[in-house]
Amino acid sequence: MDEFAALIDALVYTRSRNEKLRLIAEYLRATPDPDRGWALAALADGLDFPAVKSSTIRNLLKDRVDPVLWTLSRDFVGDTAETASLLWPAPGNEPDPPGVSETVELLSALTRKSVLTGLPKLLDRLDASGRYALLKLATGGMRIGVSSRLAKTAFAQAFAVSVDQVEEYWHGLEPPYDPLFAWAAHGQAPPDIENLPTFRPFMLAHPLEDTVVDLADYAAEWKWDGIRVQLVRAGEETRVYSRSGDDISVTFPELLDVLPFPAVLDGELLVRGSTQGGEEGGAASFNALQQRLGRKTVSKKMLTEFPAFVRLYDALLIEGEDVREQPWTARRSRLEALMARLPDSHFDISSVVEARDFGHLAEIREGSREDAIEGLMLKRKDSPYIAGRRVGYWYKWKRDPLLIDCVLMYAQRGSGKRSSFFSDYTFGCWNGDPDKGADLLPVGKAYSGFTDEELKKIDRHVRQNTINRYGPVRETEKTLVFEVAFDSVHESKRHKSGLAMRFPRIHRIRWDKPAHEADRIEALRALIRD
Amino acid sequence: MAAAPFSWINPEPHGIHIAPADCWVDPSRPVDKALVTHGHADHARGGHGQTVATPETLAIMELRYATRDGATPVEYGETIRLPGGVDATYIPAGHVLGSAQILLEHAGERVIVTGDYKRRHDPTCPPFEATPCDIFITEATFGLPVFCHPPIEEEMQKLLERLAAHPDRCVLVGAYALGKAQRVIAELRRAGHTDPIYLHGAMEKMCRLYEEHGVDLGELRLVSDADKDEMRGHIVVCPPGALNDRWSRRLPDPITAMASGWMRIRQRARQRNVELPLVISDHADWGELTRTIEEVDASENWITHGREDALLRWCQLHQRRARALALVGYEDEDD
Ligand SMILES: [Zn+2]
Ligand SMILES: [Zn+2]
Repeated sequence: MDEFAALIDALVYTRSRNEKLRLIAEYLRATPDPDRGWALAALADGLDFPAVKSSTIRNLLKDRVDPVLWTLSRDFVGDTAETASLLWPAPGNEPDPPGVSETVELLSALTRKSVLTGLPKLLDRLDASGRYALLKLATGGMRIGVSSRLAKTAFAQAFAVSVDQVEEYWHGLEPPYDPLFAWAAHGQAPPDIENLPTFRPFMLAHPLEDTVVDLADYAAEWKWDGIRVQLVRAGEETRVYSRSGDDISVTFPELLDVLPFPAVLDGELLVRGSTQGGEEGGAASFNALQQRLGRKTVSKKMLTEFPAFVRLYDALLIEGEDVREQPWTARRSRLEALMARLPDSHFDISSVVEARDFGHLAEIREGSREDAIEGLMLKRKDSPYIAGRRVGYWYKWKRDPLLIDCVLMYAQRGSGKRSSFFSDYTFGCWNGDPDKGADLLPVGKAYSGFTDEELKKIDRHVRQNTINRYGPVRETEKTLVFEVAFDSVHESKRHKSGLAMRFPRIHRIRWDKPAHEADRIEALRALIRD
Repeated sequence: MAAAPFSWINPEPHGIHIAPADCWVDPSRPVDKALVTHGHADHARGGHGQTVATPETLAIMELRYATRDGATPVEYGETIRLPGGVDATYIPAGHVLGSAQILLEHAGERVIVTGDYKRRHDPTCPPFEATPCDIFITEATFGLPVFCHPPIEEEMQKLLERLAAHPDRCVLVGAYALGKAQRVIAELRRAGHTDPIYLHGAMEKMCRLYEEHGVDLGELRLVSDADKDEMRGHIVVCPPGALNDRWSRRLPDPITAMASGWMRIRQRARQRNVELPLVISDHADWGELTRTIEEVDASENWITHGREDALLRWCQLHQRRARALALVGYEDEDD
């Protein structure tokens, strides 16, 4: 655990991506199996120990530290694991750190009851760095600036194998990834995933920004406002994966027996309706889809009220044949040919948008807001299907955001890198004429869209204009106006204003604008499109 | 008729006001008469009619504000009589060169304003003296139980080990120009590091001032006079603001370090892009703050300058009377 803790600390303080890769690769080479497999799992995806929750740590600490002092410390540090590692009372004994595998074994064996004695015993065997590493490991998300991709790249670098291959095998294997190490580190045969319904990494798009493309080389498609999914059928089993590779099959049971042959297909998961693209568009707004997301069990009523289907974009594998190397045009015709074999109750194909030239396409995109579509995708006709984001192949061309002026109402400390700044903002619009005594009603929250410099300035504003404190939340004087950008706005019962914005972010900080000139709720309501 | 107890001392938003003398302690805006605990900018502002402080603090203020107008020196242990029957005594605070606690006495009542202080050894200034009083006005910069500064020897060890491991690079240490920089240099000397240490131009004058007051800092050179190669394998000291600035491009592949009590918190170090956090502070940590409150054993504690809430809570839990003061203008920049 000492080496793992040292690795975690070194990663926390390392800026350079290359240096991070080097540190992880060095650790992976030097550490025996299966310790390194567990460590890799912790870095890449996080491990799950159901008995250990953030609340478990809080409860353990509140038995040992005054609860008020705990809360104040936690708010300042911004991270439960780190706060606990610092506040844990020093044990009388010398540290006796367990190995990574032993730690994982002990943590897995804990129940919700035994965790209350088991976790303290482990913590008492470690120093402050070790406690931090242990608590991070035990609660899943490491959040130390190492993405899953970076961890896999480091693995590839450590053993001189291709990262794309690592990605491919990854989703068919479980920690501590014995077959992966057997292959990469010990030169044995690669893992066999052919008959497993595993996730293949998505191909992603870059924002178009100022680029202009030639439509002779690029095809345009609508960018639908649902969630990107991958439908995989292999070994008689179908699974649905989200963009991050999470298995969301249980949430969409209606899709599990409609794909009649082995394949890996890429598409947009939508709910039937008529908001997006009008009647013939056939899809409801994202708001409707949201009713279906995140559910572990799905009622009959849900299935009939919000029936899901997949609008296909692309094909990766068709009946055992890997078509990813083929150009987009070839894959597109293969996909079109497949449509006849797929039930139209649950599938359609995302049509290609025809335009005379780029300017014409821009006009079409302008109109897409009326149709409540997110924007356009531009795909180079000769592009293979490659994992990740590759420059020049695919672009997303979102329509311009909607803008509204809101007033800052509450601020909360951020997490991670921003834990010492008030960086999460709740803002509101007026429910009438502010000069005649109208109030602000909260309409959204944002924590992005500003520079570090601006963050410091807003943070100072919050500190100097606090009028109330509610735990970690500060209520401020209602004086600062934000121009907020967002993609769309919907009715919502969860908010007092009855409205919820999608993807709100701070567009500009209007230090110059008096708060009473900010927008009213009606102005926001007028922008609803569903 | 006798006045109510302690009615002569009033915490106002802009400083602590001593009514009978019409004089302020560490006021954050210009006043006629100011008592100043030490030279950090959040305590010592320019523009006062009269400034009462230790000779070292006055020298620091002269360096910063280019004027000695109205300077009234008081030595450690010396008492001066203010108008209205108030006596002020300056007592070492162990924070930086010249730093003092101010003991105020009036009508048999004793109040101490600590300014900033620490309880650790510091080769650049005399140690804090715990002094009995009725009201103890304490700072609380590191007033949270997560703050526990390790022994400075350990941090020096970390720094020197990293330096030795990278003979082709330099270690760039961010440290506040007043106090922290000189303490770090003096501690490096105490740890046996005799090589020249390179300075950012903004640190030179303050280092010279320390030397004039008898603090030996060994051989110092300016980065602006050095070429890149001669700094390989050496320590460079700069103000925290220069750490990620264009200026550092003239250095040979610097490893970024920062000497500050905030470095105890990982995210704080990351915010500054620090690769080598050195937990070194000129303020009392949580253990020192609470121990000092116990030692001084005042009948009332006033808490200011930092995380008042937690220290207030601690006082409550330990049956000590306490209140938080809301002084404006204090920013925890001089940690
Ligand atoms: Zn200070
Ligand atoms: Zn201060």
